[in-house]
Amino acid sequence: MTDHKRILIVGGGHNGLVCAAYLARAGREVLVLEAAERLGGAAITRSFAPGFSVSACAHLSYLLDAQIHRELKLATHGLKWAHSNLRTVALAAEGEPLVLNGAQVEGGKLGHDDADALVAYRRRMLRFAQVLGRQHNRRPPRIAGGGREEVIGAAKLGFDIRRLGRDSMREFLRIAGINIYDVLEELFESPQLKGALALDAVLGTNLAPRSNNSVLALLHRLSGEAMDAPGGLALPAGGMGAISDALAHAARASGATLRTGAAVKRITLDGDHVSGVELENGEQIAAGVVVSNADPARTLLQLVGARHFETGFVHRVRHFRAKGMAAKLHLALSGLPTFKGLQASLAGERLLVAPDAAYIERAFDRAKYGQCSPEPALEITIPSVHDASLAPQGKHVLSAIVLYAPFDPRASGDVARSELMENCLQVLERHAPGLRQQVVASELLLPADIEQEFRISGGHWHHGELALDQLLMLRPVPGAAQYAMPLDGLYLCGAGCHPGGGVMGSAGRNAAQAVLKSERAA
Amino acid sequence: MKPEMLVKEHYRTAVYQTPFHPRTSQLNVLNEWHRWKDYTIADAYFDEALEYAAIRNACAVFDLTPMTKHRITGPDALAFLNRLITRDIAKIKPGRVGYCVWCDDGGKVIDDGTVFHMRPGDYRLCSQERQLDWLTRSAYGFDVSIVEDTHDVCGVALQGPTSCAVLKGIGCSGVEKLSPFAIGWYPFAGGELMVSRTGYTGDLGYELWIDPERAVALWDALFCVGAAHGIRPMGTHALEVSRIEAGFIQAQVDFMPADQAIHQDRARSPFELDLGRLVDFSKPNFNGRRALLEEQKRGSRYRLVRLDIEGNKPARSAYIYDRKRTVVGTVTSAEWSPSAKANIALASLQMPWGLPDDELWAEIYYQRELKWSKVMARCRVVPGAFYDPPRRRATPAADF
Repeated sequence: MTDHKRILIVGGGHNGLVCAAYLARAGREVLVLEAAERLGGAAITRSFAPGFSVSACAHLSYLLDAQIHRELKLATHGLKWAHSNLRTVALAAEGEPLVLNGAQVEGGKLGHDDADALVAYRRRMLRFAQVLGRQHNRRPPRIAGGGREEVIGAAKLGFDIRRLGRDSMREFLRIAGINIYDVLEELFESPQLKGALALDAVLGTNLAPRSNNSVLALLHRLSGEAMDAPGGLALPAGGMGAISDALAHAARASGATLRTGAAVKRITLDGDHVSGVELENGEQIAAGVVVSNADPARTLLQLVGARHFETGFVHRVRHFRAKGMAAKLHLALSGLPTFKGLQASLAGERLLVAPDAAYIERAFDRAKYGQCSPEPALEITIPSVHDASLAPQGKHVLSAIVLYAPFDPRASGDVARSELMENCLQVLERHAPGLRQQVVASELLLPADIEQEFRISGGHWHHGELALDQLLMLRPVPGAAQYAMPLDGLYLCGAGCHPGGGVMGSAGRNAAQAVLKSERAA
Repeated sequence: MKPEMLVKEHYRTAVYQTPFHPRTSQLNVLNEWHRWKDYTIADAYFDEALEYAAIRNACAVFDLTPMTKHRITGPDALAFLNRLITRDIAKIKPGRVGYCVWCDDGGKVIDDGTVFHMRPGDYRLCSQERQLDWLTRSAYGFDVSIVEDTHDVCGVALQGPTSCAVLKGIGCSGVEKLSPFAIGWYPFAGGELMVSRTGYTGDLGYELWIDPERAVALWDALFCVGAAHGIRPMGTHALEVSRIEAGFIQAQVDFMPADQAIHQDRARSPFELDLGRLVDFSKPNFNGRRALLEEQKRGSRYRLVRLDIEGNKPARSAYIYDRKRTVVGTVTSAEWSPSAKANIALASLQMPWGLPDDELWAEIYYQRELKWSKVMARCRVVPGAFYDPPRRRATPAADF
């Protein structure tokens, strides 16, 4: 017999916790089951060497939803920023680094009109990003076969695009599906500036600057800024795990029960309805509703099983593109590294190694064919500059997103890992001579390692590629983009759903509303 | 698929001949052929009307080798089929055959066919259209083996009142005990002959399945013994008349396979093809289930009806009118039925039309000596088959 009252949430990632908090606030009996020993999924802080802690996957907060931050009172639940509104520094192996602070740019090698062009570019991209951002806390509309509500939903989306005005709308529609390389070529001269701007479009994706959809991925990234994400580009005090801790606190305060070390083996069914879950240890937990924070493929094909869905649906889920291309580098350092031409006061900002857009493209070329990039592009943070809790006194942690590392490298994982580590150190050494000698411990997570540690199929940061065909009403797959899956009582609430990845929380919030809405309908 | 069909030279042969071709080509005095999938098959051999008459009065042989066949085995064969097909395959016991349809996720019919549960867990799925892609796609997550063996298994249909007597004559002793949709195996020419009491004519009849090496021997045995029982070869034209009399539908004719339909309103659900009996909602999951449940709630868009039309002019492709005023559907198959002595048709009508009391009219165009004429003919909705002789079901089958 199904326990209709209880709602189970499979996975205590940030979206699972957000979902739990909202459902618990609505008075539901909520139990979150997290396989790992700590809550937070890919938004955690953990030790990787004695005395050194780091945000183990996501390392910057830039998409956290303002409404969720407010509604769940995350500040009162302990979320503080070690540093907010980070600047971006495009490092230079030769010459001067370029410092970006919003639309302001200083230093570096700039073309004649680049500074002005940047102001116009930023304004325009943020307006476009706002179109996406406005959709974050809305359930994506169903295009075909919906009722009045769906028509209104589609109309809202259309209206958001239309109210950009004629010229902007035309420009939005022109560039939304194309690549960032071409867009930047149209506007800027400075390779250094173009490299830095291009990197934001491809971080964490399986795209290079010349890949279509990179503009869209950039808009997704900028949508946080466009929607005034709390802290802007920020480092939470205590690392990204602090966001999860605050969410967990909020969920518990609302009455949700959170269990760790509870790995779900399968989602159980009673006829055509979910009946609960079975844990790896054999324990059975009954529930009328199961909301999965796990990625779509893991939830649907592994935890439930392909045979319980229809052929066409399974085919689409199997072909949801979700192979990660980004690695994560953690270095424990005996001191603060000195970057060429960079004032020490700027070492705690967001540091980029992407000297030009073609550099990133070349890094991608090898990775497409199963090799790690010989000269990877990097997004570096040294959070210990702002947050003494992460490293012993006088010592530092460096956290970097490394582009690119294939999910299934041709070489074995160990060979690929040590090869990419060496490539990273060489690139870092070029920008910060002597850094290699400061390394006291290191860790490199390839996409396959990310898959294993964070239980994300394919090791993709966003649970799946951010692309036109995998966003909004097409995410994760057409016909299942409204959180409810084609199995009664089963919902998805993770980054594999609209509005995608980044530590945002909107998928969890929207999923909670979908659960409550279907309760009302029943 | 035969390995030689996969080697590089396969394209040199555009159309294959079935293993029966040495015999069918001798018998086809009209030299009328058409292409059915990869094979050449006779439209008619000597006289369509007489071939048809053999089906209903003696027996006739039809080469159905091109029928697409799949061998489905493995631990999950039953689970796989039950997810694929709308009816409950667990009810088809070993030694039995079941007519079935399968749908896409939208609950629209991709194809119809027959599932042969040969030995326990060993299934053959026969279909009108090529299905390997859909079957392979559907196999994800199942421990099942799917082999398309169309070219490795030959088949003939032996249909008509004297068919049982002929089979007994070629050594299938006890074949009369096979009930409709039962399978029997008989030693034949050093091999094994599989006989199923199935067919597409709505008459007493069997389908015979044999390996290609013994195909000619089987044909010769049938015609040797059958000579005394009025046996004739039949082509697709004669078969077509009998299948419409039986009220059977055909893919590409009476419905558009869902995976080939471009326009959303062209495909049909099982309910819209009068095949609701083949949908078993007690199964927790099968392709199309959710959409079909929804259709049950909201109502279907179309209804397949069997029409008895006044006059004698076949209503091929005719529009069907409600009270001569509004077009409410079209005829999909039509023939003059020699056995029912009626002008019969299958038609797809918009809901809610097609109830017994509806005043329906067919707009029939016909040509006489190059001159086209039109007639409006009153239609009556008929439940079930147009021709349904008791011998079709009688077990044991009689000799006649």
